[in-house]
Amino acid sequence: MGVGELNSPLQKGITSKDEKLGRARHDVLDIVFAWLTRSVAFLVLVILAGILVSLCVAAWPSIKEFGLNFLITTEWNPPMQKFGAVVPIYGTLVTSAIALFIAVPVSFGIALFLTELAPVWMRRPLGVAIELLAAIPSIVYGMWGLLVFAPIFADKVQPALTATLGKLPLIGALFQGPAMGIGLLSAGVILAIMIIPFIASVMRDVFAVTPVMVKESAYGLGCTTWEVVWNVVLPHSKAGVVGGVILGLGRALGETMAITFVIGNTNFLSSASLYMPGNSITSALANEFGEASPGLHTSALMELGLLLFVITLIVLMLSKLFLARLAKGEGTKS
Amino acid sequence: MSNLVSQIEFKNFNFYYGKYHALKGINLGLSKNKVTAFIGPSGCGKSTLLRTINRMYDLYPEQRAEGELLLDGHNILGRDIDLSVLRAKVGMVFQKPTPFPMSIYDNIAFGVRLHESLSKAEMDERVEWALRKSALWDEVKDKLYKSGMSLSGGQQQRLCIARGVAVKPEVLLLDEPTSALDPISTMRIEELIDELKNDFTIVIVTHNMQQAARISDFTAYMYLGELIEFGETDRIFVKPSKKQTEDYITGRFG
Repeated sequence: MGVGELNSPLQKGITSKDEKLGRARHDVLDIVFAWLTRSVAFLVLVILAGILVSLCVAAWPSIKEFGLNFLITTEWNPPMQKFGAVVPIYGTLVTSAIALFIAVPVSFGIALFLTELAPVWMRRPLGVAIELLAAIPSIVYGMWGLLVFAPIFADKVQPALTATLGKLPLIGALFQGPAMGIGLLSAGVILAIMIIPFIASVMRDVFAVTPVMVKESAYGLGCTTWEVVWNVVLPHSKAGVVGGVILGLGRALGETMAITFVIGNTNFLSSASLYMPGNSITSALANEFGEASPGLHTSALMELGLLLFVITLIVLMLSKLFLARLAKGEGTKS
Repeated sequence: MSNLVSQIEFKNFNFYYGKYHALKGINLGLSKNKVTAFIGPSGCGKSTLLRTINRMYDLYPEQRAEGELLLDGHNILGRDIDLSVLRAKVGMVFQKPTPFPMSIYDNIAFGVRLHESLSKAEMDERVEWALRKSALWDEVKDKLYKSGMSLSGGQQQRLCIARGVAVKPEVLLLDEPTSALDPISTMRIEELIDELKNDFTIVIVTHNMQQAARISDFTAYMYLGELIEFGETDRIFVKPSKKQTEDYITGRFG
């Protein structure tokens, strides 16, 4: 096809009376497209508001009945129609904290190795393997946690922890008591394994986009790999790193199936030990929703759901605040 | 030329990217407190040659050097060389400004802290000294604690030079330091290079032949991994001895 053939319809289009028609069609398409994108964007807001409103409405009887007591009492007694959410809230926060405490340094190490230290041929297979961890369904983690992990944990890990960390002042109390394998600590460890792939792959991706020249500048001053990562790569990718950690934390807070298998599902909290079984918001919902009678019990569970929503929201806001503070520490931008 | 001391000497130097033979049998001596420019068309190996002087290639396992590369008479290619010490002696500035994500003050102090432990007062003094050397002090003295990223491109590049200078190296490697800058900023950097050669041995890679002619004392013309011609800049640009050099300098190719 010659150039002339390509050009002729175009030129005809410009000179003929079709011009106006073409322009109008163009405008209509643009307007339709703009509306389409705008409406899907607003759809998110509508869904969010809908969920929030329906949660509030469903939780209202419980909120009215217990008020703030819901947040500060430990008694969860469906037959007596007494509901206090301290145990599940505590379980959710503690298991997520344990998960982050383990997963963040491990993920950092994985990402660091994959981007800076591993030989090139090893990077892809190892990276894929870590992403595969994320593809395992959470119920499989739960079964594995209960049937394989928990017995080994009770047999080997917990006695060792009791003998070492359990002897320390202050935090010692966290690592004492019967080694049962299931409980808050096991749930936290399982959660850690589940969120490592998320945090690690986000960290790897953001580490990898640090400009090579900036890294070489630091090496050129005589930095070791560690100094380059700590002083240059990490500050460069802090927003992404915090984002990855929040992604992992969000998953940890909301994870249900795996937790339900290993946390022990009890609403009694008798000691500070992390070996004790407990409950999380999600596992309480999963266990009780099916058999909850309409009325106060269902409403209390709805309030638990609302609380989880609020906790996640607070985490998100704290992370934004944290990022803003980090930006300040680096020196203001004019 | 006999009274000049060769601070850096390449002896039968070869360099490989994997199997690709990138630098072939280079023999070259670079004089102390002079500016030497490496020129040549893209891919001729001039940046590769520059990056061997601080062994930047060590970061990449598939790259290796053979032969001898002497700095002050010591071969720096050996495994026993402490790279941190070598890189304190040989500073480097890149094609684009690469300020670190920290304040102007810390950008300078960062490198110094790696090699020396100074008191706060000494560090303040060193930072000011480096910024004065790099003709940046007057522009930034009131905003030392602002982000280095907030400066203009030309200022950022002078910050990077200050960062290199602050460690008090013997050699400064400049890899096309003005290629991302406007003409005014370029001029300031060129003036700066002229100042700095009193204290440092400067090696610069440049695509800009006028720049090489303006600022360098010696010029090395490279082509396809070989050193074609080396000599005093005035002679190379006025009366090159090789036809190839003349063709490149007069713009007949490249």
